[in-house]
Amino acid sequence: MTTRSLPIIESTSAPTQAAKLVDDFTPGLINQGAHHLCPGCGEPIAMRLIMEAVEELELAQKTIAIFGIGCYTAYSNNLDVEVLQALHGRAPSLATGVKRSLPDSLVLTVQGDGDMVNEGLQEVLHTMARGESVTCFLLNNGVFGETGGHMTAATVLGQRTKNSLEGRTAQEHGYPIVISDLIARLDGAAYVARGAVNTHTNVARTKKMVKEALAVQTAGLGGSFVEILTMCPTGWFVDTLDAPDYLNDNIEPIHRFGVVLDRSDDSRHHGAGR
Amino acid sequence: MSVAQVASSGSSASESAAEPEFLEGSEAIARAMISAGCRFFAGYPMTPFTEVLEAMAKHLPAQGGSCVNAESELEAVGMAWGAAATGTPAATGSTGQGLSLMQESLAEITYARLPLVVLNMARAQGDYFQATRGGGHGDYRHIVLAPKDVTEAVYLVQEAFHLAAIWRNPVLVMGDYYIAHTWQSVSTARIDFGPEPDRSWALDGATGGTGKAKLISPIADTKRGDDVGYDLAEFYGRRGAELDVMGREVQPRAETGFLEGADLVVVAYGTVAQYVREAVANLRADGAKVGYIRPITLYPFPTEVLRNAASSAKAFAVYENNRGQMIEDVMLSVMERADVRFIGGLSVDSSGFGIAPDLDVTSVRARIQTTLEEIS
Ligand SMILES: Cc1ncc(C[n+]2csc(CCOP(=O)(O)OP(=O)(O)O)c2C)c(N)n1
Ligand code: SF4
Ligand SMILES: [Mg+2]
Repeated sequence: MTTRSLPIIESTSAPTQAAKLVDDFTPGLINQGAHHLCPGCGEPIAMRLIMEAVEELELAQKTIAIFGIGCYTAYSNNLDVEVLQALHGRAPSLATGVKRSLPDSLVLTVQGDGDMVNEGLQEVLHTMARGESVTCFLLNNGVFGETGGHMTAATVLGQRTKNSLEGRTAQEHGYPIVISDLIARLDGAAYVARGAVNTHTNVARTKKMVKEALAVQTAGLGGSFVEILTMCPTGWFVDTLDAPDYLNDNIEPIHRFGVVLDRSDDSRHHGAGR
Repeated sequence: MSVAQVASSGSSASESAAEPEFLEGSEAIARAMISAGCRFFAGYPMTPFTEVLEAMAKHLPAQGGSCVNAESELEAVGMAWGAAATGTPAATGSTGQGLSLMQESLAEITYARLPLVVLNMARAQGDYFQATRGGGHGDYRHIVLAPKDVTEAVYLVQEAFHLAAIWRNPVLVMGDYYIAHTWQSVSTARIDFGPEPDRSWALDGATGGTGKAKLISPIADTKRGDDVGYDLAEFYGRRGAELDVMGREVQPRAETGFLEGADLVVVAYGTVAQYVREAVANLRADGAKVGYIRPITLYPFPTEVLRNAASSAKAFAVYENNRGQMIEDVMLSVMERADVRFIGGLSVDSSGFGIAPDLDVTSVRARIQTTLEEIS
């Protein structure tokens, strides 16, 4: 594997001033901008764009966010929207209970691929199948990042993880689940899209998807779902700077970027519950 | 209003007349839950819990509540968890096996300090350990109530909502096949247990964007914004201390009978205790020095009641429809002040959850009689 160090900026003279912080931007609805996740992790970017979408749609005072367990759990106590922390795998059923009790609220879940596609697969499938008016976000990095880089049901063939050391093979480990495509087959789902945070254009396009999904919920059209491919340089065992390209070259060809299902024009399609 | 009038007027749960109505136990429990304010219920069919679910599905929507047919008990408890977090009085339940599936969530709901009522319409009494020790992980406790019949179930189910709200903790109500299926004349009208506790902790979304958005979590109630964040050692310590207070302050309850001068005290809970009480009453009438204690709260266990009885009784006999579980709490209460013997045993019909052949006053009486002879 190639190792690449940070680019060195050529300079002929010594700095005249000590380094100082020129910008300390903390996104709205995130309490503390500085995070403890790995450098190059895609999850803070995904969290930021979800929160920016909530803020821009002026939904902050209606929002209840339900978190699964993974590295992103670092955000469940770091947001300025109301949060309900769930168990590993169980966020969509909590979301159902919240939404049924507060039909006018905006209910969203944040889960990883380990949480959603492994531990709690039936939760998200049934929630979307019922057409529950909630929005489920999947931060898919193809590994259990939190436990140290283990294979999930979403890990693509060929990917090296701590329990697929020579790369995932169909014979030994079985095939991956391409979850957005599966969910798009469910009658209750109204909007399903897959984005990524590996380039600034993808971030912008993904934010549109997030907004679209939240709008589908607000309109009560059914279940909405956005998968966001995120970088996990640590769990992928690649250099931080290589992670965005790694995502593009290895993960995106299987988990394809784009809107998979959109029934937002079908006003007869509606969600379950009251 | 007579029973016949109630039946012909087709009264619904919403009316829940103070006058008794002739109802099946499951229906009565469902109506009592609604009278107590329950507005969210989720469950998955399993006998003898099924009929409670059916009755909730029938009555709850008309009260503006939701009853969700969950995909499994895992989702049922998750949905109830979500509803509880919004401050909606919520309940779920099942039968032993289903409760086993729910344990991970029941433990975490307790750490998250949420009120929830959970029914175990159990098969026999094999779930005593599951109920009182907590089948889940970590250091937590649930208040556990064990009614002996439909009338008491209707009362305790309503009280369970009150206790859950006061202590912000799950409360488990133990039922069984007999309680689920016995028809009895019973009032399911709302019982007033005093002022409703504060629910300002509940989520409704409104604190978003204020800089102080609420968090309900089984691992924290502090946020990074307060420069605290996750400190599990601190959080579990504090939550554990709250649970200790609950264990001390919830009033343990027991029904007692014939304890005066009793050499032998028979201990039993739930439906089974009714047979034991009858057998003890018969023996007393024949001059035997035998008394009876029925724990109504299984947690906190009525330790004092047993300990007091132990100061004069020679022995305790425990009758349970299992291989001996509550006997451990009896022993812990009596603490070698008296001999403790097990006279129960698992008794189920071929279905595994219906009528227990051994539950018969004559046979219970014979076991008590044998114990009396052994200790004399
Ligand atoms: C019931 C249960 N099993 C296992 C774990 C351990 N665990 C914590 S996080 C995690 C994996 C998280 O993976 P993912 O959801 O993909 O999140 P990531 O860390 O990759 O962001 C696991 C297995 C747990 N918390 N609970
Ligand atoms: S292990 Fe992966 S997912 Fe977790 S913080 Fe590090 S880069 Fe992010
Ligand atoms: Mg992951």
